[in-house]
Amino acid sequence: MGISLLTVCYLVASVTFILGLKMLSDPATARRGNLIAAGGMILAIVGTIFLYEANGERLHNYGWIFGGIFIGGIAGALAARKVQMTAMPEMVSLFNGTGGACAALISIAEFRRLRRWPDIDIEALKSYLPKLGEFVQDQFKIQLGPSGGELLIILLGLIIGSVSFAGSIIAWGKLNGRIKDVTFRGQHIFNLLLLSVVLLLAGYILFSMDRGGGNIDISDLTVSMNKPVPAHVHVLFYIVLLLSVLYGVCFVLPIGGADMPVVISLLNSFTGVAAACGGFLYNNKAMLTGGILVGAAGTLLTILMCKAMNRSLKNVLIRSFGSMAAAAGSEAKEQGAYKEISLSDAAVILSYAHKVMIVPGYGLAVAQAQHACHELEKLLTEKGVEVKYAIHPVAGRMPGHMNVLLAEADVSYDNLLEMEQANEQFPTTDVVIVLGANDVVNPAAKSDPASPIYGMPILEVELARTCIVNKRSMKPGYAGIDNELFFRPKTSMLFGDAKKVLQDLLSEIKSI
Amino acid sequence: MENILSWISAHHEMIYIVILMIFLGIEVIGRVPAVLHTPLMSGANAIHGVVIIGAIIVMGKAESDNYVALGLGFLAVVLGTLNVVGGFVVTDRMLEMFKKKR
Repeated sequence: MGISLLTVCYLVASVTFILGLKMLSDPATARRGNLIAAGGMILAIVGTIFLYEANGERLHNYGWIFGGIFIGGIAGALAARKVQMTAMPEMVSLFNGTGGACAALISIAEFRRLRRWPDIDIEALKSYLPKLGEFVQDQFKIQLGPSGGELLIILLGLIIGSVSFAGSIIAWGKLNGRIKDVTFRGQHIFNLLLLSVVLLLAGYILFSMDRGGGNIDISDLTVSMNKPVPAHVHVLFYIVLLLSVLYGVCFVLPIGGADMPVVISLLNSFTGVAAACGGFLYNNKAMLTGGILVGAAGTLLTILMCKAMNRSLKNVLIRSFGSMAAAAGSEAKEQGAYKEISLSDAAVILSYAHKVMIVPGYGLAVAQAQHACHELEKLLTEKGVEVKYAIHPVAGRMPGHMNVLLAEADVSYDNLLEMEQANEQFPTTDVVIVLGANDVVNPAAKSDPASPIYGMPILEVELARTCIVNKRSMKPGYAGIDNELFFRPKTSMLFGDAKKVLQDLLSEIKSI
Repeated sequence: MENILSWISAHHEMIYIVILMIFLGIEVIGRVPAVLHTPLMSGANAIHGVVIIGAIIVMGKAESDNYVALGLGFLAVVLGTLNVVGGFVVTDRMLEMFKKKR
């Protein structure tokens, strides 16, 4: 009864995962979709705790289980509630990492269980023999070692889970600026070698343990276990674990911070596959469905994100931007001078414009300037200026990041223009104010085939009458390339932290 | 080799599920607008938290005198729960922002 009920729980959970994912991909139903999937998850978890049984045995250690869920639940809910909207991407990365680590830990625990098999009490086994299975020509075949398939799944779960864990932690560190890009010559070759070593060792473990079975001869009741698990294989298993973690680190290290969303999405699908490995281990359909679903959807999502930036996944993963920028930088020699604009001049220009377009970028996000930005919008609107926002699909650090951020600051949805609409309106715009965006307004994407971002759709801010660019310095953006826009005659620069500049601008405009 | 083949035939149902889910996963999110990329990723992130089920099973099967197994299982449960709870809450917070203005 219990176990069939559990099967139904898992079935319902699987359906909610599919439905939830489907609804998440439509703005109107997204929030409900998320809640539905969460409901299914709760059902699956509660069902597992109370109904699961294997070989007629229920789970025990309830204290530990509830303790773990309590600690993890409180910490997760608090972290997710408290995190700043700007730090969302790294939070997602962190949670993805914990999922990967969980999958790896499951593999370790299962491997340790397999290891214990040869310790089986042989006398007890003999007495049970007549009750067990079938006899084949007086020989009772018994598998004392793990089956090859099971071991394969354990190893896969271990490798994918730990790569995902380590990679996510690095991605998290990069997004919050704690970890810098590290590139060295031959890095990709090194990574490839590392991965080959991991796979080779895993293959070795697979084949050396595959022979760990034994035969029990019924005729004289002698038990022979021809090959117990060799001791060095245990050590190798942990070496594979360490190397997988190392690979995860090396895999993400050279990739630029701007590409982290793509990497997180990819690691997200990795963790999905690692979770599905658990599904195979426990013959658990909910884990399998959820894991593979996320694995497939995550992979597609990764590709869609790359498309939004008009790049291929290979380009993101293999060609680190740093080395390209050096090449691009040497070509772009004489850029001429840029001109600066004072706060009071900027205030005057903005106040007397008919139409102002705000282009927010990551600079706005890090400066937490979304509220100040909304203030500016309100103030200008009161003065009769038409204010709109132009949102590039990959503005910020994640696709859709800016929409979330501006929505948090109560900016009305109607004022957010998508790239195509915005590009239509730039010619009739008096002033464009670029707040901490760089690569998404770089005209090189249209004009310079040698540029690494060539072909990426951009916001064509140079079509507007004037353009004020707020940046902290002349340093290039995440793509690491110069931006011609800053040197155009129509452009003037307004240096400083986005929040501070906006606040100063607000008081200037008020005093006009 | 034979071992692996027999394992495949023993698990053919699961393998069918895997193949169907791959197609379904691709189909289901095929038309997502760019605005929803981040919440969708976050939602998917929460869904793979289903790995917690495995963690609970590991924990519940550990012998109560095997402290390494208990420790591993406990850590796995904590991390898995973080993934599930954090994932769904973060996604909900993101989507809440979207909804307010609709």
